[in-house]
Amino acid sequence: MKILVCITHVPDTTSKIQFTDNNTKFDKTGVQFIIGPYDDYALARAVELRDQTGGELTVLNVGEAETEPTLRKALAIGADKAIRVNAFPKDAYFVALQIAHYAKEGAYDLILMGRESIDFNGGMVHGMVGELLGMPSISPVMKLDIEGQSAKMAREIEGGKEYIEVDLPFIAGCQEPIAEWKIPNMRGIMSARTKPLDVVETISDETFSQVNAFQLPPAKGAVQLIDKDNVEELVRLLKNEAKIL
Amino acid sequence: MSILVYLEHTEGAVKKSSLEAVSYAHALSSKVGGEVVAVALGNISFEELVKAGSAGAAKVYHVADEKLSVGIIQAHANAVGQVFQKVGANTLVLAKSSLGDAVAARLAVQLKAGLVSNVVELPETEGGYTVKRSIYTGKAFAETSITSDNKILAVKKNAINLKTDGGEATVEKFEANLEDKDFAAKITSTDQATGEVLLPEADIVVSGGRGMKGPENWDMIEDLAKELGAATGCSKPVSDIGWRPHHEHVGQTGVKVAPSLYVAVGISGAIQHLAGVNGSKYIVVINKDPEAPFFKAADYGIVGDAFEVVPKLTEAIKANK
Ligand SMILES: Cc1cc2nc3c(=O)[nH]c(=O)nc-3n(C[C@H](O)[C@H](O)[C@H](O)COP(=O)(O)OP(=O)(O)OC[C@H]3O[C@@H](n4cnc5c(N)ncnc54)[C@H](O)[C@@H]3O)c2cc1C
Ligand SMILES: Nc1ncnc2c1ncn2[C@@H]1O[C@H](COP(=O)(O)O)[C@@H](O)[C@H]1O
Repeated sequence: MKILVCITHVPDTTSKIQFTDNNTKFDKTGVQFIIGPYDDYALARAVELRDQTGGELTVLNVGEAETEPTLRKALAIGADKAIRVNAFPKDAYFVALQIAHYAKEGAYDLILMGRESIDFNGGMVHGMVGELLGMPSISPVMKLDIEGQSAKMAREIEGGKEYIEVDLPFIAGCQEPIAEWKIPNMRGIMSARTKPLDVVETISDETFSQVNAFQLPPAKGAVQLIDKDNVEELVRLLKNEAKIL
Repeated sequence: MSILVYLEHTEGAVKKSSLEAVSYAHALSSKVGGEVVAVALGNISFEELVKAGSAGAAKVYHVADEKLSVGIIQAHANAVGQVFQKVGANTLVLAKSSLGDAVAARLAVQLKAGLVSNVVELPETEGGYTVKRSIYTGKAFAETSITSDNKILAVKKNAINLKTDGGEATVEKFEANLEDKDFAAKITSTDQATGEVLLPEADIVVSGGRGMKGPENWDMIEDLAKELGAATGCSKPVSDIGWRPHHEHVGQTGVKVAPSLYVAVGISGAIQHLAGVNGSKYIVVINKDPEAPFFKAADYGIVGDAFEVVPKLTEAIKANK
């Protein structure tokens, strides 16, 4: 089976978010970048499926040269080869166009992504690629098994899950507990150095949106502490001050 | 040019977040003109559909195809796309949700529409079309302009007040032209809690963390939630260990909630948990450790043992009714 996993290169979940250049650029000072946590779940499941059924696992990122260590990490975790589409990811549609093009060229049986990126949280790229390729797109998928040419999966819905069957090829946006995150071992890290990482150019520059500026939320005021033996005071505040009860 | 709103429904009722999306579309139409039209798919009663009228829709198209009662993404996207063309809309508004996002993404390609998700305000329409959206899991905002003629806005919960004083909506049937391949993904069964307040929709949420010590102590959380008419949530370790189901896990890698009130009991307030709750209007924290980071994000806090404080609080709320 040929599997494609699309990964993002995003600030670590504990990062303090700040901007520079008059609030037009993300401030990378002191920020550590990681594989998007949802993409990491997709990758972990893809490695398991590849090991189970054989075939080839490719990871792809649309990003500038700085994302290569993140792609190398995915190779260390178990991907066989990597593709970097050399461009700043301008908007979701732009990214989807690139992915759809290379996905079509590679004729993948299965395309896995994260349910959403943790920078812009759109949850959109998988659906866009699905529409561009005329394939089903399913998200968020929390369980995925492949039997021959068809897949069984569980998709999380509000308050529960639904079980879905679909034939390959298709696209899934993944989340936990689809698989456990995999940590690269020494052998993986060594072999990642020699695995192919191809840099390819964009096939279109089309976008439908652009970010003009960023903003930080206003600072939160100090907490009002209430004595544990006076919970009635909390009820009063919720009623009269917050006007919730 | 009309504004179309995609309505989601669950357990026979139109979702509150979808009615908020109608309210948003109504406010948008007051700004840019055009009629607000809604579309609902699958089995849903007439009484429910007219609620879109109270929220500001002039008309509701109902695609009554039974097969659309479940959320098959491709089929939903195509049906909504056909209504969009029929009414000659240029804007689609919907509530941010896992189904809404998936449908919106496919439609963005079909309609060549700029899609902005997590929208928190009405757009700025002078000299362009700029929308404010929440990014970095609520840690920041981005002013994003849409450059295409067609536009899709996925609205975050609580971005706008629910309108309830609108007029009567006319309801009209619409036959969507769907093919077998739109139903290629088959939903074989569903496993969903019924009669509960849905976490992403809830106006009040009570969550428990590892400080609750074990699943047997969740009665306390549930009693408080019941008294408040709230949904229950939990931290990630709690669902990882299996004390609570996965769909209750709140945070960066779980459900993002934006209720009026979030009550956190025995949760330390790790940055990844806070990322899922920073859209809440008010936060109450109950934790025995005065140094717990959650207090920094809270409006009201009680330093104390949850096993003592929570039952007392439940009683006090009951007494206040
Ligand atoms: C990539 C990544 C993603 C993550 N995503 C999420 C996410 O989406 N959501 C999430 O929640 N976490 C997430 N985490 C985990 C997160 O970092 C924390 O580990 C987790 O939130 C801690 O859960 P907790 O507060 O329940 O437990 P703990 O940190 O163990 O805190 C328990 C708290 O309970 C208090 N307590 C104990 N006993 C009592 C008592 N009797 N009465 C009152 N208080 C008491 C303690 O003082 C303590 O503050 C993520 C981590 C990573 C690395
Ligand atoms: N620049 C990118 N390169 C590769 N994959 C991406 C990129 N952006 C998003 N994706 C994939 O699409 C998923 C959803 O992203 P988003 O729509 O931005 O929330 C992510 O989890 C990734 O799997």
